[in-house]
Amino acid sequence: MIENTRVLNIVTHAILIAALLVMCFPLYVLAVTATLPYERLGEVPKPLVPDTHLTANIREAWVRGNFGIYFLNSLVTATLITLGKIALATITAFALVYFRFPGRTLAFWAIFITLMLPLEVRIVPTYEVVANALLPAQQILEWTGMTWLIGALSGVEVALQWNMINSYWGLTLPLIATATGTFLFRQFYLTVPDELAEAAKLDGAGPMRFFLDVLLPLSRTNIAALAVIMFVAGWNQYLWPLLVTTGPDYRTLTLGLTFLAPDADAVGDWNVTLAGALIVMLPPVLVVVLAQRWFVKGLVNAEK
Amino acid sequence: MLKRVLFESRWLPYALLAPQILIVFVFFYWPTGQALFWSFTLEPPFGGAATWVGLRNFGDILASGEYWQAAVNTAVFALATTVVSLVLGLLFAIFADRGLRGLAIYKTGIIWPYAVAAPAAAVVWQYIFQPSVGYFGILNLVWPGIWNPLLNGTHAMIMVIAVSCWLSVTFNFVFFLAGLQAIPNSLVEAAALDGAGPVRRWFDLVFPLISPTFFLLIVLNVAISFTEGFGVIHVMTQGGPGNATEILVYKIYRDGFVGLDFSSSSAQSVILMGLVVVLTLTQFLLIERKIHYAGDDKGTRR
Repeated sequence: MIENTRVLNIVTHAILIAALLVMCFPLYVLAVTATLPYERLGEVPKPLVPDTHLTANIREAWVRGNFGIYFLNSLVTATLITLGKIALATITAFALVYFRFPGRTLAFWAIFITLMLPLEVRIVPTYEVVANALLPAQQILEWTGMTWLIGALSGVEVALQWNMINSYWGLTLPLIATATGTFLFRQFYLTVPDELAEAAKLDGAGPMRFFLDVLLPLSRTNIAALAVIMFVAGWNQYLWPLLVTTGPDYRTLTLGLTFLAPDADAVGDWNVTLAGALIVMLPPVLVVVLAQRWFVKGLVNAEK
Repeated sequence: MLKRVLFESRWLPYALLAPQILIVFVFFYWPTGQALFWSFTLEPPFGGAATWVGLRNFGDILASGEYWQAAVNTAVFALATTVVSLVLGLLFAIFADRGLRGLAIYKTGIIWPYAVAAPAAAVVWQYIFQPSVGYFGILNLVWPGIWNPLLNGTHAMIMVIAVSCWLSVTFNFVFFLAGLQAIPNSLVEAAALDGAGPVRRWFDLVFPLISPTFFLLIVLNVAISFTEGFGVIHVMTQGGPGNATEILVYKIYRDGFVGLDFSSSSAQSVILMGLVVVLTLTQFLLIERKIHYAGDDKGTRR
């Protein structure tokens, strides 16, 4: 730093402390409110220091909100999305970088273009497909006359049906294609020295051997960075689980929380609701705070 | 850029590509095509073949006052969220970049909201903004009736904008800080030796260097606020009071899944897709410029 004047330093600290206050105010509200007994909610002015009812409120939120199942659902969903995205991104990028084959450029663009339209803007038709994931296959069979042919030959009417509503498939599969991830690994593989692949080939290693034993270990930091971002994004999904779950069996935590919240105008037990919010926030916040270095790297790289 | 050393296989690359291509086809290309098709047809509510109606769905939408209100709401919401969260993110990043003691604490404190799910943040802020039992209830005790997002559309809009700013400041902060830290110290020092003060250096040196980040973030923020406002609005206001906080994404959801009007909802999706595509293309063009920039200062770095 060049200017090291006292005044500037004081201003810097003042602004950063103000930033801290604004950004952490909800955390403070949570920390206080989630520890209050119901009777103290109406106090004016608001209590400034935490009370002792945190565990009671958390237990109440957990039981009344049915959080046992929802927590498991969120964990499974976020983990599957993370693993799926990393698996797809690494193998797709490997195929695109280390092979020459007809259709390569087309495949690259077919995946890259999906960046343009996030799920939120095409929910209605995507929902239709998820209600029957084999619908495209069925349609294609009909257009090509295959259903008629099969029907005429064997007397069997072809009606392909795979309903993904209320299943882990529906919660995860439509979300695991990843153009950003694929692009990220493609860029990384391009920087891997050619000598490594050459050496592996000389040693008689096939492509999969090279991928698993050389490329994947080299990608460790990239995988970690992407995993942090993807896990948080997966855990925090809201619109999609709202659409593809119709009952409590596959609901995720973010959804469950809104069922716990009182109506906006009602005087509800906000202490329990905010204890619930604490449960919902904790896993991804822990991941981001503890893996901050990777998180920053992943975020900056993935969106560039 | 191409690899010199390649592997040979007739089938392996296709096998490796197949899973992602299949998923993209089923969950992206098919539905997008479907939406296009639906937007030109009318679906009878009790089944039966769809009838082709040409541009009628679009005409109906563009003639509806409710749609235009949602469009205006979206513009207000996107613009306000983008401007406020960009300015705050940049401000925090500039001062964090001075690298004073306690930086780790400041950084963590500013970054953590990124991990918070929109509905969870919405629930907490809803309690804070609640006009009777919440923290803002105090305002109403002092000046009765001064704050009521449950009845006053402007208050409700301010509220959802504030929450979505809180959620996206982090994102901008991370990018600006990364951009600022990539500026070689030698450049800043040289400018200082030439007698340029902090303000002068900011406008003549730092801002031009981070302007690619700046433009990229503008586009990203607008696109994000199109899509991510949903969680906040669905939890806090359900588009109300009246339709004061109904943005386009929310209206598509409501018309499609609550009103079950697939044709209108698809046509709205198509319009929104068009908007997002235009935004993203702008972003791609800006990225091109960004890469150019990064190449330029590489030699002087470190």
